[in-house]
Amino acid sequence: MKLRFVFTLVGVTLLGSALLVVGAPPAAGTIEGKVTYTGTPPKMKVIDMSKEPGCQKEQSARTEPVRYQTVVTGAGNSLQWVVVYVSAGPPSPATPAKQVVYDQKGCEYIPHVAVMQVDQPLEIVNSDQWAHNIHPMPKVNPEWNKSQPPGTPPITTKWDKPEFIPVKCNIHPWMHGYFVVLNSSHYSVTGSDGSFSLKGLAPGKYTITAWQEDFGSQSQEVTVAGNETKTLSFVYKVLPY
Amino acid sequence: MKPRVELLALFLGAALLMLTAGAGPCFAQIDINIHTVTGPMESHIGDVTGHSEVGRQYYRRFCIGCHGPDGDGEGENAKWFDTTMGFAKPRDFTTAVFECRSTPTGTLPTDQDLFNAMTRGFVTTNMPQWRPLIPQERADLVAFIKTFSRKWETQKPGTPITIPPETPINIESILRGRELFSSLQCWKCHGPEGKGNGPAAATLTDDKGNPIRPYNFSIGDRFKCGTSNEDLYRIFMTGLDGSPMPSFADLIQPNQAWDLVHFLRTLQPMATPEAAEWKTYASAHGKEIKPIGAEPPGGN
Repeated sequence: MKLRFVFTLVGVTLLGSALLVVGAPPAAGTIEGKVTYTGTPPKMKVIDMSKEPGCQKEQSARTEPVRYQTVVTGAGNSLQWVVVYVSAGPPSPATPAKQVVYDQKGCEYIPHVAVMQVDQPLEIVNSDQWAHNIHPMPKVNPEWNKSQPPGTPPITTKWDKPEFIPVKCNIHPWMHGYFVVLNSSHYSVTGSDGSFSLKGLAPGKYTITAWQEDFGSQSQEVTVAGNETKTLSFVYKVLPY
Repeated sequence: MKPRVELLALFLGAALLMLTAGAGPCFAQIDINIHTVTGPMESHIGDVTGHSEVGRQYYRRFCIGCHGPDGDGEGENAKWFDTTMGFAKPRDFTTAVFECRSTPTGTLPTDQDLFNAMTRGFVTTNMPQWRPLIPQERADLVAFIKTFSRKWETQKPGTPITIPPETPINIESILRGRELFSSLQCWKCHGPEGKGNGPAAATLTDDKGNPIRPYNFSIGDRFKCGTSNEDLYRIFMTGLDGSPMPSFADLIQPNQAWDLVHFLRTLQPMATPEAAEWKTYASAHGKEIKPIGAEPPGGN
């Protein structure tokens, strides 16, 4: 008798919980797709790192020569390093903001484009055996310039306004990167195949914006219902200069 | 009667002509509209309070030719400043980024910083010393240049860094400073002997992408922001924002900074106490001195 009572109680509780869960609005929508180009993109030059012999030695050990990363293309006319993000839409559950790490390695910035939210902690590391100076050049946020010799602790900072911030090293003038500071908690940076994926979206109408450092921004509107997956494609018309 | 009237007419005509013709170039600048973006601003330098609306007339008279009616450094003289010859373009006040500050990198300078920069001038550029203007006039100008950027409305100047009293000048301090010059890799830009010929020197650019040269200690020019040991300390402990020169404030302690100051003085040609200490040491220990910029472990 007692056992049956307990089973019933547990069963009712489980059923009730299931109903409660189903009742809450799901934030399970996805917007995904690819960023491609038409036309002829500019060719990226090979970087001459002879001014920093240590970097030159490291890079010469690689199979591919190191090139500038202003425009990086891939198979199927895909574009890499394109930031695709929600620029307008219903509030989605915010993803937890953990630290973004930006590394200086082999006299390159890794990643080339680092995306972060407003006030999200950013940790800048020097993994090289020689000094770099980290010189972000924002126009809206305050501009600063700090030296980071080898073996010194990481620089921790944050940005309090959304902005696309070019980053450079004065000691190694070929180093160029970006800090992309966004208000949105949903963003994706395309990889070598040009694909992006925005997950965990609540139902509603969204404006999705793609940004590439040379070709600029473009936006599209899309509506997401329930837990469906919508496919979007961004195409940039490019010129070789 | 007639000739006198004629003469009078001639005289009056000539005077009128001279007045209008002379008025042209003399007062042409009054016709230029200066574009500012904030409301009236004030400056506070010691006991003196400057007012931007008074400073406006001095800007029009003294500054607009280089710094421009928009305060962006694009005055009509600016195109003649050859950056490839080492002459910097005029400061763009619209960005509110300044090299000579007592405040940390990434923060606004104090009114006193701006006043000092204007007073000293920048010795390797076309920016003169503005000592002929009385302090009140300079204070009014400091207030006025703040009207070119909204950052002065939304941000407060940084807190000036604390500069502790200078440590004693002796060879130990100089040698520690020399070690820092090597390990912090200052020589990458400034060169192993501070001649401004380091491996990275030739490709340095300022914020606008114009070529810029690192300071050459061996010539002994005045520093960008002053002449004293304290000025030198302040330069590398706040960085020269807007230029390639970064801040080293997070990397070294104040006593280490003084060591570096003492070493840097030995790179200059002037007869300083530091130079004397170094000369004595070098004559006795010349062979032990390793050149700066030697291969660090792991390759250079």
